[in-house]
Amino acid sequence: MYETTYHRPSSVDEAAKLFAQGSEAKYLAGGHTLIPVMKQRLASPSDVIDLGKLKELIGIEASGDTLTIKAATTYYDIMQSADVKKAIPAIAHLTSMLGDPAVRHRGTIGGSIANNDPAADFPAALVSLGATVKTNKRTIAADDFFKGLFTTALEDGEIITAVSFPVPAKAGYAKMRHPASRFALTGVFVTKTKAGDVRVAATGASQNGVMRVPAIEAALKANWSAGALDSVKISDSGLLADIHGSAAYRANLIKVMAQRAVTAAG
Amino acid sequence: MSTIKLTVNGKAVSAEVEDRTLLVHLLRENLNLTGTHVGCDTSQCGACVVHIDGRAVKSCTVLAGQAAGSSVTTIEGISKGDELHPMQAAFRDNHGLQCGYCTPGMIMSAIDIVQRHGGKLDEATVRQELEGNICRCTGYHNIVKSVLDAAGRMKVAQAAE
Repeated sequence: MYETTYHRPSSVDEAAKLFAQGSEAKYLAGGHTLIPVMKQRLASPSDVIDLGKLKELIGIEASGDTLTIKAATTYYDIMQSADVKKAIPAIAHLTSMLGDPAVRHRGTIGGSIANNDPAADFPAALVSLGATVKTNKRTIAADDFFKGLFTTALEDGEIITAVSFPVPAKAGYAKMRHPASRFALTGVFVTKTKAGDVRVAATGASQNGVMRVPAIEAALKANWSAGALDSVKISDSGLLADIHGSAAYRANLIKVMAQRAVTAAG
Repeated sequence: MSTIKLTVNGKAVSAEVEDRTLLVHLLRENLNLTGTHVGCDTSQCGACVVHIDGRAVKSCTVLAGQAAGSSVTTIEGISKGDELHPMQAAFRDNHGLQCGYCTPGMIMSAIDIVQRHGGKLDEATVRQELEGNICRCTGYHNIVKSVLDAAGRMKVAQAAE
C-alpha cells in the first residue's frame, strides 16, 4: 500500500471539507473494497477520509411507507434490524447473503452503492425497489444513480447520507452466489409496488452493471408467478462472460433467479 | 505517522504508526501479538480475525486508524490466565486443529458465532457461519464439532456466572 493520510472527521460537513483539501482524497466506510484495492496498489489516495463512525450516517428508520437506511449502517445491522425484516424482508435476506460474517460486520450500504461493483447485490435492490439515494447535496433516483461499471452519478466529493426505499407490496431476491467471492454470479431482485407496478433488476449479469429486465417485468405484470417466466427468453447480448460463466449461462440465470425471487416474495 | 490509542485485550495501548498501517500489523509488529495471523491478506481466509468492540472482523482489511478508540480482543486475550477459553479447550479436546495456522481466526470467529446465536446452534449453521474462515488441513469436521461442543460449554459457563 502506498502512503496516505488518514482522517476521521466528526461530521459530514467536515468530511466534505477534508475531501476538498486533499489532492486525491477518497472516502472510506467499511473499507472492504477500498483497502484491498489500496493493498493491490490499484488505488493510491492522498487522503483517506473515514465516514464509518459518523453517527449522523448510521441508523435505520421505518415510517409509514418508507424504509430509510443511513449510508454507514453495516450489513450486519441491516440484516438484524427488526424494522428491515418487517418492512422489506427481502433486503434483510439479500444482506444476509453478502460476503461472510466478518465482512458483514464492516461493509456498509453506502459503500456498496458508491462503488457500484457490477456484481454487488445492493444496486439490484435499489433499482428494483425504486429507491432514492440521498447525498449531502441532493436526492437521486436509483434509476439515475447507477451509470455503468464502478460509475455513479455522484460528483467529486459528494457523500451518500442515506437510501430511502418505498415499502413494496411484494419483493424477493435470489442469487447464484460465487462460492469464493460471494458476489453474485447473477442475482435478481423482483418488486411488486403498492401501485401494482413490477420492477425487476439483475446484478452480476450485464457488462454495464445493474440492469432492468423488461421481458420479465412484462411477464410478471401479467401474472405474478414463477411459472409465468417459463417461456420468457432472455437475450445474452451485452451480458458478462468470464471463466465462471458464459453470457448464455448468465442469461438463463437471470430467468431462473427471477423465478426463485418471485417464489421467495410469495 | 500518527499515534493510535486503543484498548487491546483490556489494556490501553498506543503505537506510533504510518497511516497506511493495517490493524493486523499494528497488533503483530508494534504490540508483538503474533497469535493473529496473516493468511491470504485479501479478506478471504479469516486467519486474521479479531474482535473490534465485540464483533469479529478481518484485521488485514482494517486500517489501524479505524480501530483507534476501539476495544480490540485477540486470541491472546481470551483465556483467563492459564485457564483456556471454552472455545480453545473444545478445539484441543476435539482435535479441531492440525497445522494451527487458521486456528486463531477460527476461534475468534467461532466465539463470535456462539455469542450471536446463543445456544441455538446446529451443525448446518456453524458450517455456514464459518464460510469466512478457510482451513486447509482438517476438512472442517472437527472444527465444527469443536464449535458445537464449545457452544454448550459457553452456555454452562454463562449460567454459572
